[in-house]
Parts: sequence; C-alpha cells; structure tokens
Amino acid sequence: MSKDRVQQKLTILADAAKYDVSCASSGSNRPNASKGIGSSVSCGICHSFTEDGRCVSLFKILMTNYCIYDCAYCINRRSNDRPRATFTVDEIVQLTIGFYRRNYIEGLFLSSGVIKSPDYTMERMVQVVRKLRLEEKFNGYIHMKTIPGASEELVSQAGLFADRLSVNIEIPTEPNLKKLAPEKNFPGIMTPMEQIRNSILTSKEERRKYRKAPTFAPAGQSTQLIVGATPETDRQIILLSSKLYQTQKLKRVYYSGYLPVNDYDKRLPAIDKPPLVRENRLYQSDWLMRFYRFRAEEILSDDQPFLDLEVDPKLGYALRNLHLYPIDVNTADYEMILRIPGVGVQSAQRIIQARRHRKLTFYHLKKIGVVLKRAKYFIKTNELPAALRSDLPPENLKRMLLAGSTSKRKKAQDTQLSLFANYQPALATLQLQH
Amino acid sequence: MPIFVYDNTFEGLLTCIFEAYSRKQFPNTIQPEGKQPENLFDDTIKIKSDSEKASRVWKGIQNKLSAKNKQLPYHAFLSEEEEIEIKILRFARRLFSEKENIETDFGDPDIMEIVQTSRKVKKEAMRMMQFVRFQQTKDGLYFCGIEPQYDVLPLVINHFQNRFADQNWLLYDLHRNYGAFWNKKTVEEVVLTSREMNRNTGQVSENVLNESDAFYQTLWKSYFENINIKERKNLRLQRQHMPRRFWKYLTEKQ
Repeated sequence: MSKDRVQQKLTILADAAKYDVSCASSGSNRPNASKGIGSSVSCGICHSFTEDGRCVSLFKILMTNYCIYDCAYCINRRSNDRPRATFTVDEIVQLTIGFYRRNYIEGLFLSSGVIKSPDYTMERMVQVVRKLRLEEKFNGYIHMKTIPGASEELVSQAGLFADRLSVNIEIPTEPNLKKLAPEKNFPGIMTPMEQIRNSILTSKEERRKYRKAPTFAPAGQSTQLIVGATPETDRQIILLSSKLYQTQKLKRVYYSGYLPVNDYDKRLPAIDKPPLVRENRLYQSDWLMRFYRFRAEEILSDDQPFLDLEVDPKLGYALRNLHLYPIDVNTADYEMILRIPGVGVQSAQRIIQARRHRKLTFYHLKKIGVVLKRAKYFIKTNELPAALRSDLPPENLKRMLLAGSTSKRKKAQDTQLSLFANYQPALATLQLQH
Repeated sequence: MPIFVYDNTFEGLLTCIFEAYSRKQFPNTIQPEGKQPENLFDDTIKIKSDSEKASRVWKGIQNKLSAKNKQLPYHAFLSEEEEIEIKILRFARRLFSEKENIETDFGDPDIMEIVQTSRKVKKEAMRMMQFVRFQQTKDGLYFCGIEPQYDVLPLVINHFQNRFADQNWLLYDLHRNYGAFWNKKTVEEVVLTSREMNRNTGQVSENVLNESDAFYQTLWKSYFENINIKERKNLRLQRQHMPRRFWKYLTEKQ
C-alpha cells in the first residue's frame, strides 16, 4: 500500500469515526485455538487513552466517510464539504493486523458511511471481517456496525464473524429522528436489532445442545443515543434504555453528549459545549440499572423529567427516600446495602462476606473501601450513632454533602449545568445563529 | 523474637513458614537477604530455600483457599512491599488454625491488606497487557522494554503467549533486568546485555528497527491524534486511566 495515501486516509477516517462512543472489548472469550493471532478476553482491555480521557481499545475506523444520507447531527452528512476517503478491504485488514501485532489495539471496530446502498456497504464490511477471521486467522475482538436497511442475510453473516454488533438509534424518539434524519425511521433500526437479538438467543440455545455450534455475536449487541441534540427528557431516555435492556437484551446503551458539529443547521440547538455532566449522570443511572438493581422508575419518578446535575442519581434517590435510611450494614439485605451512597458493588459484596465473621464497625467499613464521607449519613453499625443525620431535611443534607466534596465537575471546570436553561426550540434559535 | 532471613523468592518465604512451624518459633519479621536488621542485637536466623518444604506449605495453603483465591498469597508476595512476608505468615497462620474459611474476614487488617495488595498487583499486571507496545526489529522479533511497579512479568506471560502465538516476542523488565522470550514454542527467561535499546525508555535503536515498524508507529500516532475529540478535553481523566509513569514507553506518547 502507498504509505502517504494510507496515512491520509487514516487521518480522515479516524477523525470521522471518533463520534461513536462505544469502545468496549469485553464480553467475548475467544481463545487463540487456531494458533494464529489474537485472543479475546472477557474483561476487555483498554490499550490507550486520548486527551479527552476516552479509552482506545479497538481500532475504530470508518470504511468510508462518503454517505448518501443527510442526517443533521452527523459530521459525515452528504451536504458537508469535507475531505472524503474510502479504505479498501485489504488496507483495513493490514492495518488491523499491523496494529494488533504491536499490542496497540484489542481488535477492530468497523463502521461506515453508506455508499450506493445499505447492502452494498454492508457487503464490503462483511468482506473485511471475513478476511480477518478466515484468511488471517484473527481471533481478536471485532465490533461491527450494522447498516440500517441492510438485508437479513448480510446481518447474519456479520454475526458469525463479529463479537459484537450494534445498530445506533441516535435520536431517542421517532418524531425527532424524522425531523433530523428524514431518510431514516425507527423500523429501519428496530428490525435489524430484533433480528440480531433473535439470532443471539438461538445461537446460545444451540450451543447449549452442541458445543461446536457457531457463535453469533457472542459479546451481544449495543446501541448509542445522542443526548442534547433533541429535547427529550432524561426520564424518556432512561425509560428507553431500560426497555432496550429488557426486551432487546442489549449489552450496553451508550450516551453521547451532543457536539455541535453542524452548527449551521437550524434544526439543532445552539450550544457551545457538549453536555458532559448530563451525559455522566445518564451513565451513572445506566449503571444503577445494570449493576445496582434499580428500576428506571426509581431513578426518576413521574414528576422529575431530569436528573439532578449536582448530585449523582444514587445519592438523589437516597435524599428523596430518607425514610429507608439509615441502613444497618450488619443486617440489611444485599439489595439495600447497594443503595447506600458511597458503597459500590465491590464494597457491598465485601460487607456481605465480612460480616459473617464479625460485626462491622466504621473502621472496618473504611478499610473495606466504603466512601464514608458520603455513606456515614446513611448507615448504622452497632456502634454509637455518630453521624446519623437522616432526621435532617433532605435539602440541608444535600448541602452538607456537597460542601464536603470538591466535585469532579468543578475541577474539570465544566459549566454544563445550565444547558436546558438555554435550550431553545429550533425556530427560536434563529436569532442566536450568526 | 527472632528475625528470619530468606533469599527473596516465594519458595524461600514458604520455607520460612515451614520452619516457623517446625521450630515452634514464630519470627516477628521476615527479611530478604542483604537488608540491614533494624536492631543490631536481634537474633537472626538464615532460612535456606527448600522446595520440598515449600511445596508442603503451598499445598496446605491451597487446601484452605477457595478456587478464586488460590493465588492470593503469591500475588501479594509479588508486590515486593515491605513487611509483606510477615503479613503472609500471619495470614497463613490464621488459615491453618481455623476450621472455617477466613479469607473473606475483611475485618482482620492482615487479610484486608493481603487482599488489597494482591489486587494492586493484578491491576499492574492488567496494565502490562494494556500498555505494552511491541517494536519489531529487523530480524522479526517483537520487543518491548517496560518497568512495572511490581514484579508482574510472570503473571502476564500466559496472556501474551496465547495472544501472539505465531510471532517471536520478548518482554523485558528494565528495572528488574530480566525478560521473557517466546520462540513460538516455549518461554525462556533471558537477561539482555545488548546496547541496541534505550535502557530508560525501552526504545529500540533505529539501526535494528524494522522499516515497516516506523511506518506503523507513524500511523498509530496519527490515529491516536485524530480519534481524540478536542471539545471534550479532559487530561485528568486521561492520567487517571493511563498513569504518567507509562508514557515514556508508549509509542503514541513519543
């Protein structure tokens, strides 16, 4: 391959791929059985971190950034005048192997703009992963984006080679999707998602019967939602995620704070910074649902459309439900221990194990890894009640907690608190544009 | 109370535990050779490594530990932290003396410390898997020189051996001055005398570097640059996940 040309393409296509947030390489266990190259380990490995603090696990690249669509939120929309490039199948394969052998990456994340037709695009993507798996005997991790509208046949081929498949929803409600991406629709997204879910379930079922039955996307499927490009509330977003986890059996939903990449488009809100704090709160809520046994409705009730940007959602829950606290760490159920602010999954498990041997005190909790600064207001042990404050009004308690912590947000000098104070519906933003 | 002095190997430490029981004499410190005793008048006893005694102790420990914690004392030992030896001895004593499984009694400071130290060691091993960057030399060897905080090379060999089965590689601990070399069949321990690399950063000198490697390094750097989103700059988060001490070994940070 011509070196300069490849480097030029790489620059363009990496830059175009960076807005996809998923980079997980976890959930797959693919031993190097063929004595070829590569293995996937189920915990996933991040190989580097860019200046934005995001991990680089997979070689995340677009096959091409040409696109026949014109989605308002996308940098690669056809009406943008940007440098465009297309990788050949061989170029992607060679780069992936070259990077992998040097331990730069954990595998490939292949996505693409849509050229000619969804099927044409998807077919070339499948060629890449087929070549990696069959010719190069590559056992590293492969995440493949499914092109909405691609045929069932191509999707099922992709699933045989890839570890994870994803279809991005991007805009959380259909009317807003229609507004920003008139060429797309929800059925076009949900149909492949359902097909993938069914194929994964069938393949799991078959592998239970025959150990050698082929795997289908063993690391499951994921999706991405853009946050802040359209006026959906956090509650709408969390309810949607919860539904996706339950009915579509997704492994992950990613949230991508909207970056004003096409600020000339009047359908989009005028903001100058991505809503990073809101995005973080959504991820925390997502964690609560996946690891802390919270239901979506518990995180945000009917009368609360948005998450509190000042405190994390678990602390928010505790402050709204003070009647459930203090929780006795020596007797409470695992579920309740998980609901103590300042106690993570690991500390909770350690508490359950350690209290079989002896009664736990504040000293023990600290050693175990509990963040007492926060937890002390919500727990009791069999010691004298030292810092119990659950009789305080929630507002005062919240102020005390906030005063006691220099938040990460302040350190990062993030000023996204007022995002929705500034949010203007599309038409009203006209005067804000230059 | 005596001080046991051992040869700084895990086998040596296990022998110390054996000797403590057989002499019915429990030391209040166990020290590696060469270290000055704190008190001149302490009664020091030199313990000679004995693989038979060590394996008897190891078997005893294995019988007491649950499946997921089988390597706990070994991992803690690799931390090379001061006084870890005596903590491992006290841990072993509790293991042997009690009927029930005590490895989850996190209220015991020794146990909590052993668990946490072994976690730190495992995390460092993970960081090797993350931040090792191979450079390909002219004769086709993939080389990486790096300096882990703990002696974790033994813990990552399996991973690299499985993953890069079809290429020759050499992982070198620049601080402890030994490495593991995979010749596509077995792993050998090696000590390098070559001057063809920078002993500080592990970078191979240009005259032995494979030509295509420079190309991949350039590509990787430019990829690293372009995948970053400038509007989301957060250097603190970057450092939290990728500590500065590794940067000098990382291709993309050169």
